[in-house]
Amino acid sequence: MNIEKFSYDNRIVRLFVFATVLWAIVGMLVGVIIATQLYFPALNLGLQYTTFGRLRPLHTNAVIFAFVGNAIFAGIYYSLPRLCKASMFSKALGRIHFWGWQTIIVLAAVTLVSGITTSKEYSELEWPIDILITLVWVVFGINMIGTIIKRREKHMYVAIWFYLATFITVAVLHIVNSLEIPVTLLKSYPLYAGVQDALVQWWYGHNAVAFFLTTPFLGLMYYYLPKAANRPIYSYRLSILHFWALIFIYIWAGPHHLLYTSLPDWAQSLGTVFSLMLIAPSWGGMLNGLLTLRGAWDRVRDNPILKFMVVAVTAYGMATFEGPMLSLKNVNALLHYTDWIVSHVHVGALGWNGFLSFGMLYWLVPKLFGTELYSKKLANAHFWLGTLAIVMYASSMYWAGLAQSLMWKQFTPLGILQYPNFLETVLQIVPMYIIRSVAGLIYLSGVFLLIYNLLMTAKLGTFINEEFAEAPALIKEKDSLRIGLIHRWLEKRPIQFTLLATVAILVGGFVEFVPTFLVKSNVPTIASVKPYTPLELQGRDIYIREACNSCHSQMVRPFRSETERYGEYSKAGEFVYDHPFLWGSKRTGPDLHREGGKYSNLWHYLHLENPRSMSPGSIMPPYPWLLKQDLNTSTTPKKITVMQTLGVPYEKGYENFANDDLMKQAESISDDLLNNGVIIEPQKEIIALIAYLQRLGTDIKTKNNN
Amino acid sequence: MFSNLLSNIDGVYIYPVISMFIFLPMFIGIVIWVSRADKNYISKMENLPLENLSKNNLSEFDYENKK
Repeated sequence: MNIEKFSYDNRIVRLFVFATVLWAIVGMLVGVIIATQLYFPALNLGLQYTTFGRLRPLHTNAVIFAFVGNAIFAGIYYSLPRLCKASMFSKALGRIHFWGWQTIIVLAAVTLVSGITTSKEYSELEWPIDILITLVWVVFGINMIGTIIKRREKHMYVAIWFYLATFITVAVLHIVNSLEIPVTLLKSYPLYAGVQDALVQWWYGHNAVAFFLTTPFLGLMYYYLPKAANRPIYSYRLSILHFWALIFIYIWAGPHHLLYTSLPDWAQSLGTVFSLMLIAPSWGGMLNGLLTLRGAWDRVRDNPILKFMVVAVTAYGMATFEGPMLSLKNVNALLHYTDWIVSHVHVGALGWNGFLSFGMLYWLVPKLFGTELYSKKLANAHFWLGTLAIVMYASSMYWAGLAQSLMWKQFTPLGILQYPNFLETVLQIVPMYIIRSVAGLIYLSGVFLLIYNLLMTAKLGTFINEEFAEAPALIKEKDSLRIGLIHRWLEKRPIQFTLLATVAILVGGFVEFVPTFLVKSNVPTIASVKPYTPLELQGRDIYIREACNSCHSQMVRPFRSETERYGEYSKAGEFVYDHPFLWGSKRTGPDLHREGGKYSNLWHYLHLENPRSMSPGSIMPPYPWLLKQDLNTSTTPKKITVMQTLGVPYEKGYENFANDDLMKQAESISDDLLNNGVIIEPQKEIIALIAYLQRLGTDIKTKNNN
Repeated sequence: MFSNLLSNIDGVYIYPVISMFIFLPMFIGIVIWVSRADKNYISKMENLPLENLSKNNLSEFDYENKK
């Protein structure tokens, strides 16, 4: 037998480990800051760059793509070559991947605080960064698949399937959801509008959770849990079954984020059914992880690494049970738009992703430095701090979400809303917001224990740059495809395997999309729904820049409690010119879809200048810079042209006159404000935003008045 | 409202049905295959991450005993 010598490069793993820890601190710190802003809005220090709206996407992106992303790459760059018995395909590609990814993160941070955003959750980055992400992702894919192809181990272990599924699905999701037409270097409009845009976005959003936060971590679980426990996974058969079921079903479930919205009913139901089915493969994975420790639970008692992993897998089980339950329409009606959802995602993020990453790091770093962990005690302390934080976080937000939702829906015996003032329901849960921010702080302090522990571990040992290994060369043997051995055949063929996995995820996408695109031509364009005026369009982009949709939905659901509070429920035909849709997913403030005409221009002016002047106790930050900054009207013609390309029926050549109309409308608003005693020039940004807010949802109102 | 406008699309109900017809046979196929898979093969696969061929790899040292 021909024995070949090769080595595993640990330096790239160390780089990713370092980035993981660094971004963990940044992402979680921003999380604590915005959690505090929710009861102490002045924490933005009066700066536009640090408002809740701009920092919230920074928090989500930093945690998901920076902290969790780097943890995934660290885990893969260590486990993949060892499972393949080959060094990584290319050291250079590994470095390009690493530095490319960190560049993206830095660009993301800079653009997001500057208000450069597409407004689509977890996909906020603008088009040049989207292209960069695509390139770096391809580099990662080449490096991974290249390694798999030149492997010395005949079969691909289950962890590798999860890595492969992650790579291809994230690629598909990212490209489909990022189809947009550039307006300027830092601004674009998505190809889709309204209902379609919402469907595509939540197909993306849901599957980003599935294929960035779940499948790669299941892959890591299948490698690092057996390693830490020093025993094989409970059932390899179960892993095959739950892998295929998971990647097949997950992709269908996206519409459950849009229950009771203007999305067609059949798509909502499809989302619900597949979400319920999803419990089975998800729990298959969880049980496989937990049962690996059967008969060895005594080891969990004194091994902090296993403790982290057990809680991580349990949190995964809880989150994947809760998800399908929230997809039931009656449960969703109660808890959507509330803090319950925030709790749900944090059980996943803090428990599953956070704890599995920590467990992996505590196992990995001693290996990289050829030593053992500096302090088990500190690791235990970290574990208990983290667990306490998760419990505090989850319970306070569950309570807040349920309490607020019940208040929204409470009627008096006379049949009128008991809490007609939205703010009343917010002030009720402020104590829960305080508990939540303390929980975040505790979780973060645990990470500092981790850093100290890992630094001391590194000091204790010496870094092993390369680990040398040897294995027999892989002998190519001819085996024909036989029924009964299909999967074994497949596991030797990464390319065919990848193709089949791609087909599995695409089937769901197509079945979900085709009818929706057919619907497009059939959505009755409500005659009274007209494109936005140039001023409203510019105002809408300010709404997007300030990420108002982080806290305000634009989707009145067809419930009496909502039509009483907000007005007529939202119709699909009202959003046909909305590139992008701005339905939102959380109501920290009230819904705004029927905001138009509810209050005077003066009210909006004073409210944006200082929300507490109009709503005492409001937790919305003031936006004084809108009164000072001039609206950039140089982009108006290009914006109109792009909208025309997207099918919005502005008259031909309108881009040449758009700015004249814009000025006229702006002057009428500033005149109105002047009559009410406020002197403001028409070219200020606030005028455009007021124009947009006053337009919201009025198309249908006009029709009713007729 | 939507059932009306969807009925304009020929055979829209076929889509959820297609989805079930693709998923179920695949799922059943995997169940059958998995249940019949060879024991030696499964055991080899299970132990893949635990195999240790590298010379200076300390991964197999027993964490508990050292501490």
